[in-house]
Amino acid sequence: MTDKRLSMHDAIAEYVHDEMSVAIEGFTSFICFAAGHEIIRQRRRNLTLMRMTPDLIYDQMVAAGVASKLIFSYLGNPGVGSLHCLRRAIEDGVPGPLAIEEYSHYGMVGRYLAGASRLPFYPLRSYLGSDMPSVNEQIKFVESPYGDGSIAVVPPLHPDLAIIHAQRADNQGNTQLWGLLGVQKEAAFAASKVIVVVEEIVEEAVIRADPNRTLIPGLIVDAVVHAPYGAHPSYVQGYYDRDNVFYLEWDKISRDPQSTQAWLDEWVYGVADPAEYVRKLGKATLERIKPGSALAAPIEYGEYK
Amino acid sequence: MSQTATKYVPAEMMIVAAARALAGARTVFVGVGLPNIACNLARRTVAPELELIYESGVYGAQPARLPLSIGDPTLVTGATAVVSMADLFGLYLQRGLVEVALLGGAQIDRFGNLNTSVIGSYSAPKTRLPGSGGACEIAVNAQRVFYIMYLKRRAFVEQLDFMTSPGYLSGGNARQQQGLPGHGPQLVITDKALFNFDSATHEMQLTSLHPGVTLAEVEASIAWKLKHTETLAETPAPTVEELYQIRTELDPTGMY
Repeated sequence: MTDKRLSMHDAIAEYVHDEMSVAIEGFTSFICFAAGHEIIRQRRRNLTLMRMTPDLIYDQMVAAGVASKLIFSYLGNPGVGSLHCLRRAIEDGVPGPLAIEEYSHYGMVGRYLAGASRLPFYPLRSYLGSDMPSVNEQIKFVESPYGDGSIAVVPPLHPDLAIIHAQRADNQGNTQLWGLLGVQKEAAFAASKVIVVVEEIVEEAVIRADPNRTLIPGLIVDAVVHAPYGAHPSYVQGYYDRDNVFYLEWDKISRDPQSTQAWLDEWVYGVADPAEYVRKLGKATLERIKPGSALAAPIEYGEYK
Repeated sequence: MSQTATKYVPAEMMIVAAARALAGARTVFVGVGLPNIACNLARRTVAPELELIYESGVYGAQPARLPLSIGDPTLVTGATAVVSMADLFGLYLQRGLVEVALLGGAQIDRFGNLNTSVIGSYSAPKTRLPGSGGACEIAVNAQRVFYIMYLKRRAFVEQLDFMTSPGYLSGGNARQQQGLPGHGPQLVITDKALFNFDSATHEMQLTSLHPGVTLAEVEASIAWKLKHTETLAETPAPTVEELYQIRTELDPTGMY
């Protein structure tokens, strides 16, 4: 078996190309800023970005000019307010025009589910009476073949690449994740290629000791990147808390294109790799976002010989 | 019965009114901010068996601190269950297990339809708002919906700029005819008054004024000609005990 570990630089260089579609998922947690920043550094262009909640990472990527289209379901700075760079792009075409394709959360979940299991569409009880289907022709209604009325359907989503952050994986990409599962599993199975980025690389035996926790099998993983704190300023359950100070700061920084550019210059272009970013964050920040301990009770899988 | 308080802010009145409306409820779909505090207050007062459900995939959350967002890690630690979003929307919400959902938005109309998408036209918006998130399917599937919003003329509008989430659509039995599973909006909690929906026309009607608020004040904050129930009640002010819970236990830093 080949060792799939790559540096963040090499993983992005190999798997992210202009014009392709990329899903960096993670619902509030597990948002891989380290990968997003590397895509900005490598100056990719005309990407179609997919994410339920674009969050700060896509705000930054759109401000840096990497994207021409966004597929999403909630455009906000969670618990804070607006995503100002994305609003500038949508309202004023700054720094360039950004096409949008918009769903509700369950619509996006359904798209990933259909994509992941190679179905032609996914039915869901949503959109009835809503104006959303009138501005997105991908949302359609079909009659149930079993005679119980009309139901909304959404088409499969097939990202060219999914980037999934998690707590741990082995060097084959067998990946374990706990906390808010979001659509991490569905996005990975829906994608053609998968990069997993993890806080820790562990031995295969660690994975095998708790197989119920393996969300993504190495079978569908192309590269494994070790990037501790790679989800900062979002969080990883049990490893670090959301850096809410930064989420509040970004609300100010991102209101102005110049301060946004200055931030990108300092924290993205001015930084070589995820390790340097963590050094630049400094011990005080890492200490501030360190959670207390809450261990689960061990469970018995049993030995069967 | 705890003593009635005299000094409180409008947000506290909203939290208390929402918490009281959750009396006896078993499950509630929680948003961040005021709804979050209201649900936690309800669990400590009128609905001890209330399970908090968050669209981030958490069932039975018991947050140890005030969550900063609906995806806060404090919702995970100590919860009854944490599931994928596919399971949350499919098995919990669409299955019909959500009794009450608390929603808010930028614009609401007289039939309780909600806009959280754009101000202005969709293709060239004056203001781009966050969009649906889970609101559309919550409005469709939750058994009952409560809205929590500040009462303002630009929010309580004659005509929505965009209908993100359905209430009673064009009123009457339009919602039922469309086959939406949930019963629709039941209550609108604002900083000035409480509203419900007429059982036949499904038009929003004023039922109760908060202490010190006049009918004229409320009418001036609504873009359409408001109807009200024959007798208008006065919303009971927050009690000392309710305020104690909010100020010392649920929101000690006074974030809301």
